[in-house]
Amino acid sequence: MVEKQVEVKLKTGLQARPAALFVQEANRFSADVFLEKDGKRVNAKSIMGLMSLAVGHGAVITLIADGPDEQEAVEKLAAYVQKEK
Amino acid sequence: MPKVRTKDIIEQFQLELVSGAEGIYRPITTSDLSRPGIEMAGYFAYYPAERLQLLGRTELSFYETLTPEEKRSRMERLCTDITPGIVVSRGLEVPPELIEASERQSVPVMRSTMKTTRLSSRLTNYLESKLAPTTAVHGVLVDVYGVGVLITGKSGVGKSETALELVKRGHRLVADDCVEIRQEDEDTLVGSAPELIEHLLEIRGLGIINMMTLFGAGAVRTHKRISLVIDLELWDPEKQYDRLGLEEEKVKILDTELPKLTIPVRPGRNLAVIVEVAAMNFRLKRMGVNAAEEFSARLSDAIEDGAPDYE
Repeated sequence: MVEKQVEVKLKTGLQARPAALFVQEANRFSADVFLEKDGKRVNAKSIMGLMSLAVGHGAVITLIADGPDEQEAVEKLAAYVQKEK
Repeated sequence: MPKVRTKDIIEQFQLELVSGAEGIYRPITTSDLSRPGIEMAGYFAYYPAERLQLLGRTELSFYETLTPEEKRSRMERLCTDITPGIVVSRGLEVPPELIEASERQSVPVMRSTMKTTRLSSRLTNYLESKLAPTTAVHGVLVDVYGVGVLITGKSGVGKSETALELVKRGHRLVADDCVEIRQEDEDTLVGSAPELIEHLLEIRGLGIINMMTLFGAGAVRTHKRISLVIDLELWDPEKQYDRLGLEEEKVKILDTELPKLTIPVRPGRNLAVIVEVAAMNFRLKRMGVNAAEEFSARLSDAIEDGAPDYE
């Protein structure tokens, strides 16, 4: 299991469209991926769960992955939320 | 983040805020209440300062028998910097010494017209439910024939689609994708949707749809006690699935064990109907009718008798 804490740098935070892209990305990996914010943990492959957290710009989240490609999953997803566009 | 603050109980129980308004954002960390009768008499060795304090007629009439000096010091010691609040019941008059002490320490003093015992039980109920342990589960919660069914399974296995069909068949959606679960009682788990995604369902290919506006207020509900867990998984030819229904699998959520069924998913299996029947069968079992056990008993009898009995 791999865990990584990252700060969300996306200007809009995880609004509907960026959240959908995030979930799409997460679904490419066979590892189970979770996202935790303020002690609430949701499945990163499910868009509704992710959006229910309302992750904003500057929020600190923890990405947790468990499975064969866990390392890659965490790296890719962390890179995505840390983009500043 | 504290789950309950003094302000919340003021709003919930429509208490009158008498003094110490600065302290209304104090957190309440325990559902226990305290009636500080013995503290009024001067014994503060075990004073549970972190609890909400309740002053009723007994405490206040005893208080009246104290000397002015005692009154001041007792009230001073009652108001600590961690006391979330002091509630005076029955609409009784708040002693001036208490107002004075509470203003100094900014401990909110509130007044209710309710009787002490009644107020105490309602406060306990409210605090217990607010302070109950919670968790979030990836799954869909549907009320099927009055049975709260939590459908779990991997992403993309068809949980939301099953829920959609169940709603079309007249059942009610509680939460899609992310279910917040609260342990209300020793064996009671109550699930609800996170506020932001209430009434919403996500169907791949359609996107996010609103079940309430599409199907009406009768198609949704805000919370539901969870009685049964149904785990959907892709059909694994190597795995043995339950053919008899004699064994009951369990799954533990928070501190409560729930019965769990594992349903394999394969094209051609109508999941909504299976979930419906599972819920009905669950109700039947609770009423004392267990088809699998009855059949098994009949089979054993027949084997023992040596010949089947068709009567």
